[in-house]
Amino acid sequence: MSTATDRRLPDDRVPDDQVASGDTSGDTSTPPGGRSGRDALSEMGNPHRARAVKDVVARVVMWAAFFLAVVPLVWILGTVIGKGFHMLTTSTWWTGNQRNVNSDDFGGGARHAIEGTLQMVGITALIAVPIGILTAVYLVEYGRGHLARVISFTVDILSGVPSIVAALFIYAIWVTAFGFSRSGFAAALALVLLMIPVIVRSTEEMLKLVPNELREASYALGVPKWATVVKIVLRTAFSGIVTGVLLGIARVMGETAPLLILAPYTKNFQRDLFNGNFPTLPMMINQDRGDFALATAAERMWGAALTLILLVLLLNVIGRVIAHFGAVKK
Amino acid sequence: MAKRIDVSDLNVYYGGFKAVEGVSMTVEPRSVTAFIGPSGCGKSTFLRTLNRMHEVIPGGRVEGKVMLDDQDLYAASMDPVTVRRTVGMVFQRPNPFPTMSIYDNVAAGLRLNGVKNKKTLDGIVEQSLKGANLWTEVKDRLSKPGAGLSGGQQQRLCIARAIAVQPQVLLMDEPCSALDPISTLAIEDLINELKNDFTIVIVTHNMQQAARVSDRTAFFNLKATGEPGRLVEVDDTTRIFNNPTEQATEDYISGRFG
Repeated sequence: MSTATDRRLPDDRVPDDQVASGDTSGDTSTPPGGRSGRDALSEMGNPHRARAVKDVVARVVMWAAFFLAVVPLVWILGTVIGKGFHMLTTSTWWTGNQRNVNSDDFGGGARHAIEGTLQMVGITALIAVPIGILTAVYLVEYGRGHLARVISFTVDILSGVPSIVAALFIYAIWVTAFGFSRSGFAAALALVLLMIPVIVRSTEEMLKLVPNELREASYALGVPKWATVVKIVLRTAFSGIVTGVLLGIARVMGETAPLLILAPYTKNFQRDLFNGNFPTLPMMINQDRGDFALATAAERMWGAALTLILLVLLLNVIGRVIAHFGAVKK
Repeated sequence: MAKRIDVSDLNVYYGGFKAVEGVSMTVEPRSVTAFIGPSGCGKSTFLRTLNRMHEVIPGGRVEGKVMLDDQDLYAASMDPVTVRRTVGMVFQRPNPFPTMSIYDNVAAGLRLNGVKNKKTLDGIVEQSLKGANLWTEVKDRLSKPGAGLSGGQQQRLCIARAIAVQPQVLLMDEPCSALDPISTLAIEDLINELKNDFTIVIVTHNMQQAARVSDRTAFFNLKATGEPGRLVEVDDTTRIFNNPTEQATEDYISGRFG
């Protein structure tokens, strides 16, 4: 930041866009230690030296922390791509299923699991997103006093519920009490419980970012509160809400515990969410992990893992695009 | 198109705190009334009670009466949304809707209240932008974002947006305090034109501005810190600035305090 300010000092009349670009280049493209190294030199031997040393130490610590955080990520991606990419290029991977493919057979398809995961996550989002967004709207725009505090507290608790507990809860209600069978839908219900708090919290943050002045501007035009919330507040926060929803989806897409308890795996195509076993990518990974000693199964496992990562990535890209076109224009 | 406001014995509260006490005054139609006074004396608070915007803040309530011609703004049957359609407001900081184009900003009040007819909207948008002296500057880029305009233009856009819903009264809460002198001049010229059609009430910290634009001036003050604000006196602007009745007004005008 200081470099950008320095650059701006000699001439106050620098056009806005140049100042802005100066800011960004100062923040991002300056090599670490570059400018401040020069500053440190010029300050050599004067009382500012201690500060320059601290600056260098802080820089080193931050870069080290950043590096530590990135290493596992790169490692995981490298391993999964290295071991699984091969499967994604086989002819049947995107079209077939695992029917009659034994652990020691090579290949087979993952389409059943891809479709199953998308279908299950889709129904989860369909239920959780409206509930989550409406809850956030209530908490930010309407909620005052006791009820709002209780709801907010409940959401906090819900976000701390382990996924396996959510699954057991749904099992107790859906299977034991209501007598339905285990199914994709039952697992989706458990995922709903995990997704709602994520959506509520992220949407809440986004709604709080909408300046109060916009609400007041709308009220002052004689616009009723509900229309202000729908057309002004939600519209302004749209891209942030989309990002939150996608984070929520990504959060539940790889969730495995509810599937273990509520949606037993099948190697076949299965489009019925309400009856019978249900194929999903995490369960496919789990299935092949059981025969990890066999190279064929291990390969499938890595392939399914990479596919799952790609699905999450794809969703993120779609979300970015939607958010970009819905974003506040400057 | 313009109505008289009659306020009698108005107290404003935020929760248990009495912010403004015992205001009685008349705002004449088709004129500009300026509210002046030191910060925290309740002039903005009082202004907001004229279109019930103070109710947006939790705990905000009033005692007393505000009449808009023969309508009681605080009658039990009166919907605050209706009040705000009749009494528009322009804020201190320009606040165009960031997701909307220039056109959409001006049309917002009508659209959000259900007007859909393209021709009607086109007409009103043009008329409002002309009314706000902004039309020639933006007519070729109506579909560009409103937030891309300069501060002064944004404020005129907000005025265009406010007059597009055809209110009777226009309240302005320090509309120039975030603007440079040139933009301020443009807004002041505009206020002079708008008073032919609207009743205008403007809060300002700038006494020269009050002297320049207003026909009548009301001086608000606090008795002491922590006490509620009150109306000291209201009179013709020339009289307030040249020969006020109250000593406190003269002290404030002449810069002896505040």
